[in-house]
Amino acid sequence: MTSTRLGLFGLFFLSVILFGFWLEEENPHKTEDGRIIIEYWDKWSGAEREAMQELVDEFNRSQDEIYVKFLSVSNITRKIMLATAGGMPPDLAGVWAADLPVFATQGALTPLDAYALEYGIAPSDYLPSIWRQLVVHDHLWGLPTTPATNALHWNKDLFRQAGLDPERPPHTIAELEAYNERITQFDDQGRILVLGHLPTEPGWWSANWSFWFGGDVWNGHDTLTADSEANRAAMNWIASYPERFGPKPLLGFRQLSGVFASPENPFFRGRVAMVLQGPWMYNFIQNFAPEDFNWGVAPFPALRLEDYGTSLVETDCIVIPRGAQHPELAMAFLDWLQQPEQLERLCLGQLKFSPLAEVSPDFYRKHPNPHIRIYRELAESPLARSRPQILTFNEFSSDMGSVIDNLVRGEQSPAEALQELQARQAALFDRKHTQWEKVSNARLKEWSSQ
Amino acid sequence: MTKYEKRRLRLGLLFISPWIAGFILLSLYPLLSSAYFSLTDYSVLSKPVFTGLDNYHMLMEDKLFWQSIWNTVFFAALSVPINLITAIFLAVLLNFNLPGKKVFRTLYFLPSLVPMVCLGVLWQWMLNGQIGLINQMLSPFCEAVNAVLGTAISPPNWLADPAYAKLGLVLASMWGVGNATVIFLAGLQDVPRSLYEAAELDGCNFWQKTRHVTLPIISPVIYFNGIMGLIGSFQVFAVPYVMTNGGEGPGRSLLFTATYIFNKGFQAWSMGYACAIALILFLIILTLTLLATYASERHVYYAGK
Repeated sequence: MTSTRLGLFGLFFLSVILFGFWLEEENPHKTEDGRIIIEYWDKWSGAEREAMQELVDEFNRSQDEIYVKFLSVSNITRKIMLATAGGMPPDLAGVWAADLPVFATQGALTPLDAYALEYGIAPSDYLPSIWRQLVVHDHLWGLPTTPATNALHWNKDLFRQAGLDPERPPHTIAELEAYNERITQFDDQGRILVLGHLPTEPGWWSANWSFWFGGDVWNGHDTLTADSEANRAAMNWIASYPERFGPKPLLGFRQLSGVFASPENPFFRGRVAMVLQGPWMYNFIQNFAPEDFNWGVAPFPALRLEDYGTSLVETDCIVIPRGAQHPELAMAFLDWLQQPEQLERLCLGQLKFSPLAEVSPDFYRKHPNPHIRIYRELAESPLARSRPQILTFNEFSSDMGSVIDNLVRGEQSPAEALQELQARQAALFDRKHTQWEKVSNARLKEWSSQ
Repeated sequence: MTKYEKRRLRLGLLFISPWIAGFILLSLYPLLSSAYFSLTDYSVLSKPVFTGLDNYHMLMEDKLFWQSIWNTVFFAALSVPINLITAIFLAVLLNFNLPGKKVFRTLYFLPSLVPMVCLGVLWQWMLNGQIGLINQMLSPFCEAVNAVLGTAISPPNWLADPAYAKLGLVLASMWGVGNATVIFLAGLQDVPRSLYEAAELDGCNFWQKTRHVTLPIISPVIYFNGIMGLIGSFQVFAVPYVMTNGGEGPGRSLLFTATYIFNKGFQAWSMGYACAIALILFLIILTLTLLATYASERHVYYAGK
């Protein structure tokens, strides 16, 4: 009797497992009308997702072979890495170009060189400052979607109230600080009411301040130079804030910063007059700033006048993860998306500028952001910079954020902070670099043969 | 072992097999594999390369690792006793036979139902140095002290000042004290009335009854809540992660060991290194649990023993 029960028990478990396999078999990656399903993950949500969804729908309507299934996925970098490691990546994934060095050297991506050749996609089709971010170790890993540059955004009314010309933004760091002194106001208890500028507001580019001081944080090849002259100058500049405004008032000011995407944003509320920001600000200003908000966009001031026009160019891009089930079909969609008509519609929908070398005259006419040409000109400039292609960028950036936080609180000297950071990050950088050197020959050979 | 006993054993094993399978697959295997990965250079996508004790050598020299251990120990040392005492205190209050006691019990338990992420966001605002509720409550007190003593004290900038950030988190952790309170309450209701009556006949006052009757009888519950609190506080992650918007707090004062494991494993993709930290955290928790068990052996009373 007991053995019969045991047998029935075992049979039940076996049938559950077989049911699981059957479910897997029932999902042949095809639609009911026989089209092959291409899975595409991207990080966008809200209006940005809508803009891509419209294009995907249009592509799907035109197709009898491919069906693109578009999914909005949060924390996409982590999820793609884990899905690829688990052998179930999507066919296409939207990531940031800054992630490409890590993804590529880890072997998480399919090189696109052969596809680019097949579809006639050439570097000259794109802005050089965009294209170079898609190439890691001389191989192409992604194709761009929506780029951005960062620039000075200023509140013209606060300029006017401080007796400054609202149409003339500062060009140098010295000018920026002179404006800062004029605009900043304290209340009778020593609290900051309005601040001209604060590097931690919003402080999204902690690792890149050296650009506006004429340098970088690595030698472009194999050495980290966080304690370079330029980065030292940048950190000295940041450390001057608590000296001039007091660490405690600055702390209080930062505590009231509020959520970025809300009417509490200190720039929209007129609590800070000048911020380093990007083209997405137009959308947020429309949604959260007062109706009569009067703002301008210009290059961010540089230490030396000859570096005025420097900006950080970033781009979203689409990659084909390694192990994708249908890379050829995924590339067919990607090529369709790269056509000027589609790409410009996407950039318009997401209020960005076009990454293509040629832009149709209609694009600027249709674009709602009156300042869009400035962002584009910054990306066209020879002074356009991109994030260092280092394998420890995430850690470096977070460490720089902590250093800057310490400096603004007046808790550490820039020299000491940078010395510690350089020692810590150089050890991590060297370790990753050595690991890469060990496998680089095999990887480069493998990529060239694909 | 007789045939009957063997059959009973087989049946017993069969019935606990789902748990055994779960334990092996979800606890033992991850534990053993992370012990192995901690001896390798592993980045999830590429094959792990055996590097011996390299990760552990690096950890010993890693200032941030030691800071994360210090932050975690500091937080645990403060939050575990404070939460235990608060939970016992609330349980004793809720044990009084008052009208509407069921409503009070529900009210005190309700906050522990708030999800961790909501709790993080909520306390981010509660602890805001300028407009937070906590400082709004402290301000009149500070003003009164200043008026009397002529000082110039002001409420702290909880989450922006390294000296107060962890204290702020301890305060936030008290929000979840309802769970422990309910367990203590169940323990309190198990204390035989006869013992109190005997104590009263001997002339004991409230404090003496609490010290010599209540606390010894509920000592297994105190031990259980203490151990669970210890483990929970050593694994603290979600609330500070949300409170700092994924950061490490001012001056890295909210960089806890679990946060550091997450950062190393899923942001830097140094999974081998993260496994080494996780294993050290596991050993610390294991040692402290064993120590607590050993130290409390003579002080915990089990009626069934």
